[in-house]
Amino acid sequence: MSFFKKLKDTFAQSKESEEISDKYKEGLSKTRASFSTKLNDLVARYRKVDEDFFEDLEEILISADVGVNTVMTLVEELEMEAKRQNIKDARDLKEVISEKLVAIYAGEDFGKQVPLNLQENDLSVILFVGVNGVGKTTSIGKLAYQLSQEGKKVLLVAGDTFRAGAIQQLSVWGERVGVDVIKQSEGSDPAAVMFDGIKAAKSRGADVLLCDTAGRLQNKVNLMNELTKVKRVIEREIPGAPHDVLLVLDATTGQNALIQAKTFAEATDVTGIVLTKLDGTAKGGIVLAIRKELNIPVKYVGLGEKMTDLEPFNPEAFVYGLFSDMLTEE
Amino acid sequence: MAFEGLADRLQSTIKKMTGKGKVTEQDVKEMAREVRLALLEADVNFKVVKDFVKKIKERAVGAEVIDSLTPGQQVIKIVKEELTALMGGEQSKIAVSERPPTVIMMVGLQGAGKTTTSGKLANLLRKKHNRKPLLVACDVYRPAAIDQLETVGKQLGIPVFSQGTEANPVDIANEAIQHAKDEHLDYVIIDTAGRLHIDENLMNELTTIKNNVSPDEIFLVVDAMTGQDAVNVAETFDGVLDVSGVVLTKLDGDTRGGAALSIRAVTNKPIKFVGMGEKLDELEAFHPERMASRILGMGDVLTLIEKAQDNVDEKKAKELEEKMRSQTFTFDDFLEQMDQVKSMGPLDEILGMLPGASKMKGLKNVQIDEKQLVHVEAIIQSMTKKERKDPSLMNAGRKKRIAKGSGRPVSEVNRLLKQFEEMKKMMKQMSGMQSGKKGKRKKGMNLPFM
Repeated sequence: MSFFKKLKDTFAQSKESEEISDKYKEGLSKTRASFSTKLNDLVARYRKVDEDFFEDLEEILISADVGVNTVMTLVEELEMEAKRQNIKDARDLKEVISEKLVAIYAGEDFGKQVPLNLQENDLSVILFVGVNGVGKTTSIGKLAYQLSQEGKKVLLVAGDTFRAGAIQQLSVWGERVGVDVIKQSEGSDPAAVMFDGIKAAKSRGADVLLCDTAGRLQNKVNLMNELTKVKRVIEREIPGAPHDVLLVLDATTGQNALIQAKTFAEATDVTGIVLTKLDGTAKGGIVLAIRKELNIPVKYVGLGEKMTDLEPFNPEAFVYGLFSDMLTEE
Repeated sequence: MAFEGLADRLQSTIKKMTGKGKVTEQDVKEMAREVRLALLEADVNFKVVKDFVKKIKERAVGAEVIDSLTPGQQVIKIVKEELTALMGGEQSKIAVSERPPTVIMMVGLQGAGKTTTSGKLANLLRKKHNRKPLLVACDVYRPAAIDQLETVGKQLGIPVFSQGTEANPVDIANEAIQHAKDEHLDYVIIDTAGRLHIDENLMNELTTIKNNVSPDEIFLVVDAMTGQDAVNVAETFDGVLDVSGVVLTKLDGDTRGGAALSIRAVTNKPIKFVGMGEKLDELEAFHPERMASRILGMGDVLTLIEKAQDNVDEKKAKELEEKMRSQTFTFDDFLEQMDQVKSMGPLDEILGMLPGASKMKGLKNVQIDEKQLVHVEAIIQSMTKKERKDPSLMNAGRKKRIAKGSGRPVSEVNRLLKQFEEMKKMMKQMSGMQSGKKGKRKKGMNLPFM
């Protein structure tokens, strides 16, 4: 059975998954259009599989910000595969390409969504980290909205005491969503604010504590140490916490995203990624590279500016969104 | 993540070539591939890379590289020249309107750093150009964006014009300019909301603001870490607004910043400033040369190559290489080599240009004693011609004489002799290595003055 058909069938099964995939389709319309159209063009342009074909394929993948290393390995594997199966017609290779991509996206547990590590009947602490301007505060606001919609008691901590206006920004989100924000004044010690936040969460019986931190470039050693300290304070107050450390990544970021993921993971044991601004860009390849090289799962993606536009990352739906043009064509 | 710089990449390609004597077209192709990979890894847009590599190939296939003694360095030199040419000159001038206030509009994607850059720019205008700027808060969408600009303004002591989040950005901009006129402020910096380049409504809003305030400058603020999409962003913003310049932010991170090249190539607009830190005085003029080196990940090797080229006679270098191989390297040759190195400039400066040298702990604060060089010279010059050719002649009496002649203690003469012998041994190893064996390259040449 064709690989596409398999994927399509998975989605025909339930109404619910159709809704999800529609959202992805819409949010990723830009991504999909450029990626799968390019792949279709490529296949149409080259009847025969030759060196130039692979070079162009390389470029399509690189243009989606898939890491250079990942692309090189992938294309090498494909070349071998083409030789092994004696594939000469480009159309026959299309499926192999997609299959390989999906395999990387999803790893061995294809299709498995990785949810937040929420504690039952106990406080869950989630720490948000990342470089400047990726959308940490906005993601926290959106997640706070979702969790309170689910009936959870949510509390926010304004741990970005450095950037001008950051505390106010989180406070506005708190008002919008209707949750409390624990804060101190600008310039105070972020670890101390975290300590306050945990105390408040405990005494108020909160279910989830979402901790904002200041954006920092990963090559600033002092600031990364500060982050490690913040995490240590949380660990000390609640054994087993933080239950999730979410690295927020901007989907428009290029190769540096890999370095970001690696360095932040070293400093704070990142457990998942929030990929933001995925709606506006022609990219998505960063997910591929990070999954392949660091094996950190994407937990959420930002697909728009509305409060409801943060979606749990669904690899199947994501892949479906990427290839849906090709699917309908078959 | 081991992102090798272009220099390292080319090095390994060249290693395969040494001993071949001639660079073939296939070699050039391989080098072109390395250039391509290096640029792609630096996030330069693949289309830009394609054109660029084509140009490099054309030049490299020409006689320039093939006849050169050091083909790898020639390729790097060509790459650098082309890269710098593409990046344009240094242009950090800010327009001045004949009828004040001069209006500057800041535009870009969310999170690029528009608000911080607005503050930095206002600070620069006041400090360096002695101007009176006004910051205008037109981002009515992002929560607390106005608070952020107001806080920045307070920190700098620069006035901020705002009308809350209910007002229309176009009206705010119009009234801000009137306000600046009334208060005799000569620059107006409009901080607009971040937006996706594909968001037509918000892009139209920018056009309306532009038509209303007719800005003298429109700066596109771009995150230096942006990947392949930088081209689309720059093209769209420039297409809609005809921007006058680019500000590259977060360049104090460890990104290669290939986006700079992409933007420059597709818009042909100058990159005027770069953000180098979170503090409000960390805005610098853009240096194309430095950016070129950074994209290639190679320190300032290029300047070093140029210096070497100016000062090292290729014929002499070849002779020297021959001598090293045949083990006929004498103190005279040594003296000559020292002269050549010295003519390239102060040693610590040369060291500073080596990629990675600044990161090596031991080398970070090394102060090379130029006096020692003079001592070494004095000792060699106190030797007779025979002694310089054949150090095995040395005995206690000769050493004493040399020490007296140079005014250095005998122990120092001894040390130099020993080091010279070691150096010769090392050369033997190295020439063995060049013929294919992998040697202890890492140890490096133990020059007596280092």
